[in-house]
Amino acid sequence: MSAAARRTPLFEEHVALGARMVDFAGWEMPVQYGGIIEEHVAVRTSAGVFDVSHMAEFRLSGDGVAGALQRIVTNDIARIEEIGAALYTVMCDEDGGVIDDLIIYHTGDAEYLVVANAANRDVDWAWITARLPDGVSATDESDRTALIALQGPRAVGIVTELAGHQWQPPARFHIAPGCLGGIDVLVARTGYTGEDGVELFCHASHAVPVWRLLLSFPDVTPCGLGARDTLRLEMGYPLYGSDMDRGVDPIAAGLGWVVPKGKAGFIGDAAITRIREEGPKRRLVGLTVAEGIPRHGYPVLRGEDEVGKVASGTYSPTLGYGIATAYVPAALAEPGTALSVGIRRKVVPAVVVRPPFVKETSLTHA
Amino acid sequence: MNPKDLRFDKEHEWVRVEGSTATIGISDFAQDQLGEVVYVDLPSAGDSVGAGESFGEIESVKSVSELFSPVTGSITEVNEPLRDTPETVNEDPYGEGWMIKVELAEPAEVDGLMSSEEYEAFITEDE
Repeated sequence: MSAAARRTPLFEEHVALGARMVDFAGWEMPVQYGGIIEEHVAVRTSAGVFDVSHMAEFRLSGDGVAGALQRIVTNDIARIEEIGAALYTVMCDEDGGVIDDLIIYHTGDAEYLVVANAANRDVDWAWITARLPDGVSATDESDRTALIALQGPRAVGIVTELAGHQWQPPARFHIAPGCLGGIDVLVARTGYTGEDGVELFCHASHAVPVWRLLLSFPDVTPCGLGARDTLRLEMGYPLYGSDMDRGVDPIAAGLGWVVPKGKAGFIGDAAITRIREEGPKRRLVGLTVAEGIPRHGYPVLRGEDEVGKVASGTYSPTLGYGIATAYVPAALAEPGTALSVGIRRKVVPAVVVRPPFVKETSLTHA
Repeated sequence: MNPKDLRFDKEHEWVRVEGSTATIGISDFAQDQLGEVVYVDLPSAGDSVGAGESFGEIESVKSVSELFSPVTGSITEVNEPLRDTPETVNEDPYGEGWMIKVELAEPAEVDGLMSSEEYEAFITEDE
């Protein structure tokens, strides 16, 4: 890893807004501006804007690209046959270990845009490009692409206002071009907050005007990685590096739904099929605690015995108490199971629950 | 500016001495660095605490910090409402956001703490 942290095209904007900057996966990113809770609430009730330009973008195109992706990822690429459709998936090794989770957008005829976690950019690029046939070309567009997420019940309305009322926003989990204040962007109806909203791809040189345009709306709050984490964890969305890594399979991680049962011939197929038949030894579960805040690495106990560790944990601003995910033995994964969490000096009662922790959002009835 | 009648330690706690009782809390600087406080774990009245020892914990969404007592003594009172309204620490760190009251066993310890001016200088170089 290089010592110098990378900066997104919006770095100066964050500093000017008074953001507290932290290192995240080698990037100097805003963790919060005004405060994590007020940013979190803004996304749940109005709209928040996030710089997620650190994410990696790979463009794959050419004859045979769909077949190549079908072999590389677990989910079914045929589900996004329609141009403009998007797919959440994982990509596994032969043992079923999760290399990364991805969103794949079908952006054109024999053309796909793959969005990957910043921390996995190099690993993913090497893994994917080593498995592409002749005739499929790949471009790492991460450096020249800015990604700005606008999330919350007001988000789609704001983008529509900017794009002009004749413009139709893409359907959920779809992508479409748009022009915001004269700037061409790709508008994806996706996100990581559990709220309705969009993620806007644009050229790095256009990031500042797009960011300022969104913030010109008084009901848009700039939000950092802190709120991004509390929002995603309230929904039970897994975070690569905390909730999954190469050492876990998608079945244990609760991502069986991105490995369709009828699909065969992808990397990790045999291993995942066997795990599915035998049942995973451990499962990722949700936990709520009676007091305190569970955090990554804290022990999860059944009686006196340590049975796992907290994968992700935080204070839930919506619920007002601590929530967590943890890998526990499959026999202890049933909702309602009584466990406890060692929160430093105390052992606190915890209950297994089925995520999402927060049930009602702007997506619930969308 | 921090109140003039307080003494501070390097862990960003403050002490207000009235008679033989010291009231302890965390500084405005500390609450600002922490961000929104969502949980305060406090001891019970009757516990004793030594100077430099942990008497509890304070948590924001992102982080957890130990609370250190600047003085030695027995805890006579705990700010119970903080258990339900921890955000008071952010709103009023030198007033309603106090944490414990200690009956001083070693009153001379207070003389070793920083004055308000010294603390201002300390956090300026700390930044």
